[in-house]
Amino acid sequence: MTRYSAFAIAREAMRQHTGWQKAWASPEPKAHYDVVIVGAGGHGLATAYYLGKNFGITNVAIIEKGWLGGGNTGRNTTIIRSNYLQDPSAAIYEKARSLYETMSQDLNYNVMFSPRGVMMLAQTEHEVRGYKRTEMANKLQGVETRFIGPAEVKRLVPIMNIEGPRYPVLGALWQARGGTARHDAVAWGYARACSAMGMHVIQNCEVIGVESVGGQVSAVATTKGTIGCNKLGIVVAGHSGHLANMAGFRLPIESVALQAMVSEPIKPAMDVVVMANTVHGYMSQSDKGEMVIGGGADHFNNYTQRGSWQHIEETVRALIETFPMLSRLKMLRQWGGIVDMTGDRSPIISKTPLGNTFINCGWGTGGFKAIPGSGWAMAELIAKGEPGSLARDFSMFRFREGRFIDESVAAGVAH
Amino acid sequence: MLLLTCPCCGVSAEETEFTNGGEAHLKRFGPGSSDADYEAYMFARKNPRGVHFERWRHAYGCGKWFLMARDTMTLEVYGAYKAQTTEPPADIQAKIKARRPEWEGYK
Ligand SMILES: Cc1cc2nc3c(=O)[nH]c(=O)nc-3n(C[C@H](O)[C@H](O)[C@H](O)COP(=O)(O)OP(=O)(O)OC[C@H]3O[C@@H](n4cnc5c(N)ncnc54)[C@H](O)[C@@H]3O)c2cc1C
Ligand SMILES: [Zn+2]
Repeated sequence: MTRYSAFAIAREAMRQHTGWQKAWASPEPKAHYDVVIVGAGGHGLATAYYLGKNFGITNVAIIEKGWLGGGNTGRNTTIIRSNYLQDPSAAIYEKARSLYETMSQDLNYNVMFSPRGVMMLAQTEHEVRGYKRTEMANKLQGVETRFIGPAEVKRLVPIMNIEGPRYPVLGALWQARGGTARHDAVAWGYARACSAMGMHVIQNCEVIGVESVGGQVSAVATTKGTIGCNKLGIVVAGHSGHLANMAGFRLPIESVALQAMVSEPIKPAMDVVVMANTVHGYMSQSDKGEMVIGGGADHFNNYTQRGSWQHIEETVRALIETFPMLSRLKMLRQWGGIVDMTGDRSPIISKTPLGNTFINCGWGTGGFKAIPGSGWAMAELIAKGEPGSLARDFSMFRFREGRFIDESVAAGVAH
Repeated sequence: MLLLTCPCCGVSAEETEFTNGGEAHLKRFGPGSSDADYEAYMFARKNPRGVHFERWRHAYGCGKWFLMARDTMTLEVYGAYKAQTTEPPADIQAKIKARRPEWEGYK
């Protein structure tokens, strides 16, 4: 792999860009790997990357039924923040946020991390109390957040109408170090780094069965043949229930569609991320100038990867009061992704009923921000066979034991 | 947008008139049951890619609960039936089987 640098750009400019290499190899699968990861979204790729980087395990295949990042990783609105309420959440999301700060350098791939600040609007008295509580929790956890008043909100986002009759802005929880990153680049950067370590990133290959002997997985059946493994990692987000069915166990997960849309591009109008949880809308402006808008989730089990009209209407209707200028914008594209929801709105990084099989899922509407931290924790779990401090509380068995990590306030809205 | 017909009052309406109540035909385990049974009842879900039996409520209509078979891949509704039914009616199962021969049954 040749390194990307200013010098490389200059050199290629001199020779008509004839020297660029493929960013990653596309090998045919081998018969056997030490570790097979199902799902080349951000979490699967990050898991493989840290298996190699932190544990020296590189005989690894990452198997993807579609294309890299074609699941939720390439469909999300890229909000990165770590202002959750419970300690285990703060630990893993803050680990992830801090890894995002150096990800471009670490991967030698520009993921366009933009710590532009994330603002969560309080538009009811209930939210004001909730976010003040989160601010205090974050102080204890060492996560830097601040509750700010309406005047400061208006100063940071001049296009906002803070005196709406239905949804007045009463304040906001402000995380200055939160922001956004380029979603595809996160998947591509990890894939390139994995490939450089000799791992196999195998696209267009669907896992259709899990073969086990005596409670241990021996291989996965795929559309490109049977692939053996010593350890299996399942990292397929909305399809986790489907893979668990193949492996013979059930998960505390339901899959629903979550959708987003972008407007036509306009000149810079808003340079922070705004989330309005009461109205289930959140918005940022992309580098291309589009307003990126995320909305609510459907309320029924769904694998169709498309959204529904009433949620577009609800989201836009509610956001227009807070951002009157939106009423003049045309929406260009709308899409959906299948998100994996747990009962306590916290993820699962866990052993499974099968001895050598591990699962990472349940990130629901908010796992893009967690990609590097989650990969870090999952790699440790797979390498050692036991969870480390980041993953320990996120076992799938916590539901049986009643040890919920309740993030319905921090994560109840889709982001 | 789903278009549903309530088997209780016969009204056909858009999805927004109804609320979804999750997987149907779960066996209830309450106080005194084992942890594993309680977990299976309360949290573990089939969440299938394909045929799903689920509870719905005609929330902004007659207010009654009912059950329904729907495909989570195509959003096709195979039929709705009364909530006081312990397993999917034979005609709905036959219809599903005809539409999806690979379907393994509702258990
Ligand atoms: C509209 C929308 C907006 C969102 N906004 C945000 C946000 O602002 N901030 C945030 O932090 N999060 C957000 N999220 C959530 C975030 O996108 C996800 O939590 C995260 O991307 C999950 O990553 P993943 O790698 O686990 O899953 P995915 O990226 O979905 O990857 C899983 C992969 O597994 C593959 N796969 C599935 N089944 C098989 C099989 N049988 N064989 C082989 N491969 C298989 C899929 O094709 C897929 O590529 C949003 C999600 C959506 C849908
Ligand atoms: Zn009715």
